[in-house]
Amino acid sequence: MNGPMNSLTGTRALARLALRLDRVRLTVWVLGLAVMPMATAANYFKLYPTEADLRAVSAVFTNPSLVALSGPLFDLSIGGLTAWKIGATEFVLVGLMSLLTVVRHTRAEEETGRLELIRATVVGRHAPLTAALLVTALANLAIAVLTALGLMATGLPTVGSVAFGLATGLVGILFAAVAAAVAQLTEGARTASGIASAVLGGTYLLRAVGDTGPAWLSWLSPTGWALHLRPYADERWWVAALFIGFAVLFTAAGYALAGRRDVGAGLLPERPGPATASPGLRSPLALAWRLHRGLLLGWTVALAVTGAVLGGAAAGFGDLQSPNQQLADVLSRMGGRTDLTDAFLAAIFGITGMVAAAYTVQATLRLRQEESSGRVEALLATGIGRLRWAASHLVFALLGTALLLAVAGVAGGLVYGAQVHDVGGQVGRLLEAALVQVPAAWVLAGFGTALIGLAPRLSALAWGALILSVLLFELGALFGLSQWVLDVTPFAHVPKLPGSAFTVTPMLWLTLIAVALGAAGLAGLRRRDMPVA
Amino acid sequence: MTEAIRADALVKTFGRTRALDGLDLAVQTGEVHGFLGPNGAGKSTTIRVLLGLLHADAGTVRLLGGDPWRDIANLHRRLAYVPGDVTLWPNLSGGEVIDLLGRLRGGLDTRRRAELLERFDLDPSKKGRTYSKGNRQKVALVAALASDVELLMFDEPTSGLDPLMEEVFRQVVREEQERAGRTVLLSSHILAEVEELCDRVTIIRDGRAVETGTLAGMRHLTRTAIQVDLAGPATGLDTLPGVHDLRTHNGTVRFDVDNTALDAVLRQLTTVGIRSLTSQPPTLEELFLRHYDRAQAGGKQRTEAAR
Repeated sequence: MNGPMNSLTGTRALARLALRLDRVRLTVWVLGLAVMPMATAANYFKLYPTEADLRAVSAVFTNPSLVALSGPLFDLSIGGLTAWKIGATEFVLVGLMSLLTVVRHTRAEEETGRLELIRATVVGRHAPLTAALLVTALANLAIAVLTALGLMATGLPTVGSVAFGLATGLVGILFAAVAAAVAQLTEGARTASGIASAVLGGTYLLRAVGDTGPAWLSWLSPTGWALHLRPYADERWWVAALFIGFAVLFTAAGYALAGRRDVGAGLLPERPGPATASPGLRSPLALAWRLHRGLLLGWTVALAVTGAVLGGAAAGFGDLQSPNQQLADVLSRMGGRTDLTDAFLAAIFGITGMVAAAYTVQATLRLRQEESSGRVEALLATGIGRLRWAASHLVFALLGTALLLAVAGVAGGLVYGAQVHDVGGQVGRLLEAALVQVPAAWVLAGFGTALIGLAPRLSALAWGALILSVLLFELGALFGLSQWVLDVTPFAHVPKLPGSAFTVTPMLWLTLIAVALGAAGLAGLRRRDMPVA
Repeated sequence: MTEAIRADALVKTFGRTRALDGLDLAVQTGEVHGFLGPNGAGKSTTIRVLLGLLHADAGTVRLLGGDPWRDIANLHRRLAYVPGDVTLWPNLSGGEVIDLLGRLRGGLDTRRRAELLERFDLDPSKKGRTYSKGNRQKVALVAALASDVELLMFDEPTSGLDPLMEEVFRQVVREEQERAGRTVLLSSHILAEVEELCDRVTIIRDGRAVETGTLAGMRHLTRTAIQVDLAGPATGLDTLPGVHDLRTHNGTVRFDVDNTALDAVLRQLTTVGIRSLTSQPPTLEELFLRHYDRAQAGGKQRTEAAR
């Protein structure tokens, strides 16, 4: 019964099931991750047509904050620049995709009890884990191949493109292996994803510190290895062996741990909770706080760090002697027509606004999660009206977003202000630059609420609206799309601060649209059947 | 007010599925009302309509004198509900959920809470995700039973409980009714439970109430099983109206008889001479099965057509 063949029985069927369940999600991830580097390279070809253009801006790339953000630039070429600009983001995202996919098909299935049903059929002990790893590996293979082909299509050298695709796929496979081990530890899938994501975030920080300080730290980080594989800059192929070695190690650990524990159980003991609720836990809002606080805390830390790093990066822009004219053009189109540092700050706070909007969408959709899990039923059968219940979650989506942006603005202002010796002034300016993003993010909360109220099964489209906003913002200016297309996204209407004049009209309009969408959603929520599965 | 719940001609469709098809339900104040039906008959849908969670496409509902769709919050303070499939927040302990739901309902009796935890043998300090189905159900039961409400609605409350806990549940419900005169609507497909607890029963099938009334009244409509040793041959029995499944084995005669024909049949038996006689009232089980049989032919056609 314990032979290797028996323990893997059913793997193929389970892998096909996982692919069926994830066909949309994985397709979006794979295409997104493959297109991102390609689009970046294409943009750079447009921005820096000659080597002189590249050299003109080369000083900026050694700015320590940018090195912390993206790693060191190994080669001043379009390929080198592309790998540098998009690499750190690409590697973190591919790691995230992999760990989420593995946890979803192992621990999450186990937590819901669906795995029990499956394991009771003719399915071997290790089949579910193997199937999850196979599917994730397949997705990573697709990303690696498509990324390499995409980069080659833009005209970049084949060897470097293959190296970048390889590095991307290897990071993904390594974090699939990490997730395979971590998923055995906890009973809760969210905790497992949380731990694995923290490992991923930790490798990013290790690399950031290592690249600006003691270099050996960078070599402790898999996302660092991927950069140090040096695509387009005299590739070091042996780094791939590091990935493979550690992936094998973590996978083996995952299988060993899985073989030791019971179905449904974790290796970390579940701590008991209080036998009675604290006196404060007596309202929907108090419950929502319990459900949202972890998410909000994580995001607050992330945006404080982001704000600080970007504030530091902006300080380096002042040193730039003769900025490349096209870069200046792009920045001023993204950030407004002012001096380059202000344009850069305005551009990065525009991006920060969209990052914070990811929290907005996530927090808004918690409403839908509470419903589809069935937990809302017992709650609504008490004296709680639907509107009050919805409001308890939306408060976090709305005020949480404002909090996150305020934190990013203050952190950015402190770091940037310290470097230009004007902390008092810069905190105020950058706080304002951050807070003007709030109404735009609220529009997404309103859109999400409208979906939940009027078309609950399509609620996930709120993410689509955010992705569209990001794509139009990032690529629209570079590709010169016409203004009415760009105007579709709420973020196009935000005043480009600091630098430009603050205008209140668009802010009022955005808030009004958010309120109207939200009101439509709440009206629908009041009228429709609950719960809709 | 004598009726805690009244629903007339409820219709609810989900896409092409007709979950409720003209359902009637009346529950008197102070009674324990059994709501019986096979899986998918529309029990949970009915309860969700009564709770104002689903909006009926047609028909009228009155609950505790109000309209559950409009007066939802006020009415809900006066009732407690245990869903058929209890899901809890994974990171909240059972005790926290009990307190939260109780407080949202307007307060709960802490002495009663402690007593119920003890009787249901439930550890309130475990996290939501670590409870079994039965224990999740106990969390919801304790939260409901420890609140001071007029109406209790249970949707298959014992489906995850072991027999010992089922017995505890029955005791508690009986006490509730004796002590406080609460109204209870108990949906179930466990007949023994309904038989033991309920004053009146509504049987539903395919979204429609097929029978409603007291158990005694329903038995009146049905057959009694008779086993009798006679002094002579059982002549004339087979020709009497209302006698079914007559069979003789070693002088012992067994048959079922419609309760309306009982008088005539007994008279016929005494003319032959009775040596011993046992009679068995129909169990709810038999009532239930008979409804299945009767509806089977029509039901089958309908499901076929729906495909």
